[in-house]
Amino acid sequence: MKILIIEDDREAADYLEKAFAEAGHTAHVARDGETGFALADSGEYDVMVVDRMLPRRDGLSVIAGLRSRSNTTPVLILSALGEVDDRVTGLRAGGDDYLTKPYAFSELLARVEVLNRRATARETETMYRAGDLELDRLSHTVRRAGREITLQPREFRLLEYLMRHAGQVVTRTMLLENVWDYHFDPQTNVIDVHVSRLRGKIEKGFDSAILHTVRGAGYMLKAA
Amino acid sequence: MALRLPAIMRTTAARLSALYFILFALCAVLLVFYMTSLSASMLNTQTMETINEEVQGLDSAYRRGGLPFLVRVVEQRSRQPGANLYLIADSNGRILTGNVESLEPGVLEADGWTDQPFNYQRYGEGSGERRAPSVSEIEAPPAATETRHAAIALVSRLPNQMIVLVGRDLGEPERFRGVVRQALIFALSMMALGGLLIWFFVGRRALKRIDRVSEAGARIMGGDLTGRLPVTGAGDEFDRLSENLNTMLTRIAGLNEGLKQVSDNIAHDLKTPLTRLRNRAEAALAGDRDDAGYREALEATISESDRLIKTFNAILMISRLEAGYSAEALAKVDLAIAIHDVVELYEPAAEEVGVSLAAPVEGSFVVDGNRELIGQALSNVVDNAIKYSAGSSEKPDVRVSIAAGGGEISLKVADNGPGIPDQDDRDRATERFVRLEQSRSQPGSGLGLSLAKAVMKFHGGRLELLQGNPGLVVVMTFPSAKGE
Repeated sequence: MKILIIEDDREAADYLEKAFAEAGHTAHVARDGETGFALADSGEYDVMVVDRMLPRRDGLSVIAGLRSRSNTTPVLILSALGEVDDRVTGLRAGGDDYLTKPYAFSELLARVEVLNRRATARETETMYRAGDLELDRLSHTVRRAGREITLQPREFRLLEYLMRHAGQVVTRTMLLENVWDYHFDPQTNVIDVHVSRLRGKIEKGFDSAILHTVRGAGYMLKAA
Repeated sequence: MALRLPAIMRTTAARLSALYFILFALCAVLLVFYMTSLSASMLNTQTMETINEEVQGLDSAYRRGGLPFLVRVVEQRSRQPGANLYLIADSNGRILTGNVESLEPGVLEADGWTDQPFNYQRYGEGSGERRAPSVSEIEAPPAATETRHAAIALVSRLPNQMIVLVGRDLGEPERFRGVVRQALIFALSMMALGGLLIWFFVGRRALKRIDRVSEAGARIMGGDLTGRLPVTGAGDEFDRLSENLNTMLTRIAGLNEGLKQVSDNIAHDLKTPLTRLRNRAEAALAGDRDDAGYREALEATISESDRLIKTFNAILMISRLEAGYSAEALAKVDLAIAIHDVVELYEPAAEEVGVSLAAPVEGSFVVDGNRELIGQALSNVVDNAIKYSAGSSEKPDVRVSIAAGGGEISLKVADNGPGIPDQDDRDRATERFVRLEQSRSQPGSGLGLSLAKAVMKFHGGRLELLQGNPGLVVVMTFPSAKGE
């Protein structure tokens, strides 16, 4: 995956560049808004990571400029501002995801991989499959190895999200944001309990594990 | 500004005084001009009427006694003091009698009213060239250095071509004009003096007070936030201004104090975990470990710093809420749905620790709010309730209920744990970083209830802690949505 990082802080940008490279991606860095805009305008990147406060041209203006030129490259906004309003403005300007500093790289990586435009095509599919697990988004039914599994509505949405991003790491905050639509950190890790309940339903009585815990990052749904 | 006015002219009071003075002076001058021109035309009319009467008198004298009688009457009248002019001349313009010694040439040539004032010399004032008639004593104009005077006159001819002139000296209107001019100068100088006095006593006093306020302001800006602006007690605009500014200063001082408290708390409560973090990293470096050991130490370091970030975010959030969050984030929020969402989120976690979490909520309870913030506040309260009731009773139970009434909606979260029996402790429990003795053993930042309280305050509501029987009851009261 080709990633464009627009970040003015040298240390942060170098760290991101190296970390993305270690994760197997190619990352380019632009240190100001104008350069970032020029690079992004080529349209050759799969995902962009844009800091909000940039020299020469503000991050939101870069995104809005790209969008007005029909550039649809997915954008993740990085910001030190984390209020509800700030996030709303960021997403309204054309951002696809919003992450508040300080963040864990695992969180950023997971979100960037999910944003990758080659992966987002699954949005429109009506049937998700991972190994012998099937989820029908129209009839709201889940089967594993042909056996129907009854899920609560929230469990269904949780599994739906995990299956849409099958093979990718999904963090707890991503689940909380996308399945529950909350953007705060619950004091107790309530998400883990939901996931383990779901895991019980889709793994119990079957031979193989399919919902894996990724240490220090989150979860991944992947058929053996 | 190219033209630098003297300092005094740059004050508002001086400018206003000057402006008023100019306006009033202009009005006065206009008024006086109008009045003088009115009176002058009135005087003129009066003069002409007098002359007409005189002419009529002389006419009847002529008709009664012919020329000799007319001459006698003219001579008689000439001797009387006054501004009237009389003259009888022959057809060649030679003066026969009257109180006029000489005239501007041409005055006697046309009959009727003289077109414009003409100059003349009274008898006895000039060279005395003309043969003196029996008129010997004619009152000279008082203190006249100029012996020629202006006058208007009516010239008429007798049937024998003799010329009779009756006129009136214009000295009187001239004097009147002089008086008016003097009065005008006097009035204007009085006005200027009055303006100066008003400026001195009113303007300067006001200026001095403004200066005092500015000085106090400068002192306060210099860093002395305890300083206040002077209030004289007069209850006027200046006092109101000072009082408002003082209220503002008190609010600023309060916010400042709050900020200081927050930074003290941050210093205190973030230093502890930071020290722990540092110690852990140091210990990891000091010991001889294998890869797994290092990994474990690093993971512990990361989770410790994550906790720090969470605490930090919570502090920031509370501060921003207390400073007044933007009202744009408010929308209609149904508390019944909010409760359902939070309970649904926590239900598995509660079950995990053996707590039964129930929310028998029906209907719809709409408030003006922010779903995200309400969700966070409620989840903090529910989280607490689960944490403290778990394991502390036979059948740990957390119940969320809601009731509306009196323009308010009250959301209750009741647990059957130990609660907080002491009133003071309950009051302190919502303060930042306060962790009561009983809760030291539980994980937490001490910010959960503070955040919930800040959220409630932001929504114009309140958060109260009550002692249940047993357990703690947290009551979150919202004002009902407007228009509901």
